[in-house]
Amino acid sequence: MSNRSLVSISDYNKEEILEILDAAADFEANPNRSTLKGKVIATLFFEPSTRTRLSFETAVLRLGGSVIGFSDAATSSSVKGETLNDTIRMVSCYADAIVMRHPFEGAARYAAEISPVPIINAGDGANQHPSQTLLDLYSILKTQGTLDNLKICVAGDLKYGRTVHSLIMAMSYFHPSFRFIAPEELKLNEEYRIFCLRNNIPFEETTELNENINDADILYMTRVQRERFQDLMEYERVKNVYTLKNSMLENTKPNLRILHPLPRVAEISPDVDKNEKAYYFQQAQNGLYIRQAIISKVLSI
Amino acid sequence: MEKELKVAALRNGTVIDHIPADKLYKVVFMLHLDTCENQITIGNNLESAKIGKKGIIKISGKVFAEDETNKIALIAPNAKINIIKDFQVIEKRPLSLPDEIHEIVQCNNPNCITNHQNIPTFFQVIKDENDTMLKCHYCERLIKLEEVKIK
Repeated sequence: MSNRSLVSISDYNKEEILEILDAAADFEANPNRSTLKGKVIATLFFEPSTRTRLSFETAVLRLGGSVIGFSDAATSSSVKGETLNDTIRMVSCYADAIVMRHPFEGAARYAAEISPVPIINAGDGANQHPSQTLLDLYSILKTQGTLDNLKICVAGDLKYGRTVHSLIMAMSYFHPSFRFIAPEELKLNEEYRIFCLRNNIPFEETTELNENINDADILYMTRVQRERFQDLMEYERVKNVYTLKNSMLENTKPNLRILHPLPRVAEISPDVDKNEKAYYFQQAQNGLYIRQAIISKVLSI
Repeated sequence: MEKELKVAALRNGTVIDHIPADKLYKVVFMLHLDTCENQITIGNNLESAKIGKKGIIKISGKVFAEDETNKIALIAPNAKINIIKDFQVIEKRPLSLPDEIHEIVQCNNPNCITNHQNIPTFFQVIKDENDTMLKCHYCERLIKLEEVKIK
């Protein structure tokens, strides 16, 4: 069993989070190294996620390591009915670390318990995706110069959006204040409201985007997914209300930056892309450095 | 005035009393009494001033470990456990939920890995002044006590 695995953002304390962010800045300055030379990293994607997989694989390759794995469960032995237990045990015979994405929640925690090599969770169902959270933090730090005392507006699907839940947990160390902007159907769940109350994190809740973003340092947008709605009329209405347009940024703070875990659908109108406050593409690039930092940490390199 | 005993007195063993009638058989299976070789007396739908209809289980010659009886707190938190020796109650054991619950509870989350592969369940008990919840060690979902599903 390995305790070096990264399954949930709560596996790292404040110091470890800051350590990763520091290391990522180092990798950003110098992303091509050969510290993983001779190492093999497995990327097991039981559920396809091209973006995340390419980011992890690039991180390995730029450090001189090699990659094995599969990008879709249909091309893996799990389609023949192999258990997760057997797949992990088999792959851990070949690889020094395993990056995995799985459609079921808890799969990565289980894998970390049975694997002799470290597991990096690249998403387990709707549960955790810690490398996304760390790259969100890195993007906030880079654009604001600090993580402390920021006003963060979070908009979109706050009920199912796992990136939002992990962001709330990770930011709790840094005295943020939140404004949660979501339609009634997708309001932040009770669990995380209680989390904020217990940790003395001030927050407000509203249902409209518009001028509610004017005092924000960070606007974190998430995708509003059609399949979450029972009533498709309601989805159409919500979709329009939650579309960020360039004109809405007129009275926002100069240091405001807009983040989005991507892929976006209609939440951010393309005319926002050229605004200097749009940061979502750089944010994706930051993922590379964060993943280099995570892989190096779990391998103690 | 002496109360009339509906279920015979026990010389040595464990008495679990004040089990809500609809939970009685869950307790039976939870403690694996269905395969237990000891003499067991089960009474159900007995009248109770406190809870309407109650169940009672008397297991002769067996004293359960505390973490065994504590599982009962999951489904019948107000049950009373008495340890009997020579017809005397030698221990009134208060029920308190253990800190960890292994195997007996099924995760409510249909998308949890434990509901798809043969993995023993594991929950941490999160105790709070007004609310006690179980947290799935795997999918991290919180489950309210009244929503707990026993396997």
